[in-house]
Amino acid sequence: MRGELNMERGKTILEVRNLKTHFRVGTEDISIVRGVSFSARQGETLAIVGESGCGKSVTVHSVMRLLPKNGRLAGGEALFFDGDTPRELHRLEPFGKEMRAIRGRKIGMIFQDPMASLNPVYRVGDQVAENLLQHFKLTKAEAKEKIIEMFASLGIPDPGRRILDYPHQFSGGMKQRVMIAIAMICNPDLLIADEPTTALDVTIQAQIMELMERLKREQRKAVILITHNMGLVAETADEVAVMYMGRIVERGRVERIFHNPSHPYTKALLRSVPVLGHGRAERLETIRGSTPSPAECVTGCEFANRCDFATTKCKTGTIPAYEVEGGHLARCVLFEGAKELPNE
Amino acid sequence: MSDTKRSGGLPQTSEPRMTAPLLEIKNLKKYYPVLSGFMRKTTGWVKALDDVSISIRSGETVGVVGESGCGKTTFGKTLMMLQHPTSGELRFNFADGVHDLAKMNSKDLMPFRSRVQMIFQDPFSALNPSKKIFDSFDEPLRVHGHANAKERKDTIVRNLEMVNLNANYMYRYPHEFSGGQRQRICIARALCIGPEMVICDEPVSALDVSIQAQVLNLMKDLQRQLGLTYVFIAHDLSVVQYMSDRIMVMYLGKVVEMADSVSLYREPRHPYTEALLSAVPIPSIDVKKKRIILEGDVPSPINKPSGCAFRTRCRYAMEICATQEPRVAPIADDPAHLVACHLHGSALGGALGEGANPIADISGHPRAGSV
Repeated sequence: MRGELNMERGKTILEVRNLKTHFRVGTEDISIVRGVSFSARQGETLAIVGESGCGKSVTVHSVMRLLPKNGRLAGGEALFFDGDTPRELHRLEPFGKEMRAIRGRKIGMIFQDPMASLNPVYRVGDQVAENLLQHFKLTKAEAKEKIIEMFASLGIPDPGRRILDYPHQFSGGMKQRVMIAIAMICNPDLLIADEPTTALDVTIQAQIMELMERLKREQRKAVILITHNMGLVAETADEVAVMYMGRIVERGRVERIFHNPSHPYTKALLRSVPVLGHGRAERLETIRGSTPSPAECVTGCEFANRCDFATTKCKTGTIPAYEVEGGHLARCVLFEGAKELPNE
Repeated sequence: MSDTKRSGGLPQTSEPRMTAPLLEIKNLKKYYPVLSGFMRKTTGWVKALDDVSISIRSGETVGVVGESGCGKTTFGKTLMMLQHPTSGELRFNFADGVHDLAKMNSKDLMPFRSRVQMIFQDPFSALNPSKKIFDSFDEPLRVHGHANAKERKDTIVRNLEMVNLNANYMYRYPHEFSGGQRQRICIARALCIGPEMVICDEPVSALDVSIQAQVLNLMKDLQRQLGLTYVFIAHDLSVVQYMSDRIMVMYLGKVVEMADSVSLYREPRHPYTEALLSAVPIPSIDVKKKRIILEGDVPSPINKPSGCAFRTRCRYAMEICATQEPRVAPIADDPAHLVACHLHGSALGGALGEGANPIADISGHPRAGSV
């Protein structure tokens, strides 16, 4: 179970420090990720939560060096621990030999929409094989055997026949299993799942999440789960990072985030969703206004104009991260006086 | 419709409502033909709606839930008569008498269109990008016989203000608004011709969580102010439970369970409802939950399993389930709680029931204690 393993946490697989990503839009250079730090550990799930446009996907795409042409890493580090020496992902050529040897092989990724991520004109078995043969010298027969084994372990019935099927012959949940197969076939150390169940029904979501839990538990994988669903976070995460407008506004162990949400945004986020089993009489708490455009945020706290606790202090400078308690930080002036964490 | 009719809090099922049903749906069916071959011959039927009966009282909210492909959107569209039902009755009880819309052709339907309106899932595609908001509102008003231009404009101003938008926004284009604002515009547009019933098909699923709450609160306020009747279709059970007085659970075009939202959640009687509820992730780490993982996917609606359609994924499936289709019937101890399952039709009842609630304790959540 979560929490009880705290004594002996797995070793760090990925460490991201002060990562910054800029996008060029027209003549403007817009800061999308504004200094994000986190780490992913073996056998743990790090959940990155936030609303659309908060930069959670861009963050992991930056780490994977999969930014579109108008995006660039503007600073910070992404260290991948593979063996003794850390690999500096941020220094590698995005599509160079070294990065390609890591992407897909050491870090697997699952994308949001399985319908759009699979190529409709290739058999699913071939699409899984592509990743496998890219990284390993295997004969076709060996590859086929491995893929059938993988499909079986992911609960795809009749794998020997199913590898010959095309994506349209698979249901949404089954397609997402194929995506997981592609991500996991090379046995990576880190699995990044970007909204893996958003396009799926709750019953299928439960199946997929169970599968990912099993990978984490039994094979001690490090998992980064990107989601906007606080329910999924509560059920699967060990560590949570809440993002708003390109910054991590709060980060900590899952128990801390749910028992003692400290940043006003996290609090508001938790209170604004209806919870199954709760009464209907009460009104939902709302966050006033709407998310600003990233180009508008210049100084101060990004959340200040929607925050009930905002003061004049919130509007200037960069708000540092404060330690709420060991390992739990919040980027909010309400915690002024607590220990500042300048490196976060 | 006065405020007193809606309790505003937990639905009180024990207390009979005096209102006559606004809409009585009887054996509603919508079958789509499956065409194949060169001659496009009909080789089968997709039973998107199969024998759905429900009566909806004025001022209540009926939630419709189910997995994708269960027929919930078809249900909404058929209520709107955007899809003509294959058979069945749609008896609306309006002030000027009872009308069975299912029997009408498009021309006869025209005067009733303004009484049932719809809010769609995606506010980005529901508004014409090349028309100003004013024109999007003006057209339905004109079509429904509001001849006076001045009055039409006043109506638009009133409706925009009702959803907390600035009346001057009517001269803007849809792209100038955020998702939440657009959905509010769509709500105002649906309400501007004064409907009695509003069908909401996934009205908040395209919105961010912080915006979702604004829209849900607004919808509740409007219902109270205007005495609206909602049919609330969504896949997010937490949202449906929050919004609805009663919930109808659908599986492969059929109603499998129907009850008021609290008893449905506390004591789900159909194994499918039980599994569906258990699959919903709860944003609290203290929830003690036994999760039931359903095996496999929803079977093809063209080739439904014999007997009970859910039996292929049901953990209580018995012999009778394969041969006999369960009928929707009230359970023994609550006549308002309908379920279509053999577990409740015979002496076998009670396998579900007490202790079936997958979520025993929600005390750890920030909003706990509100039930």
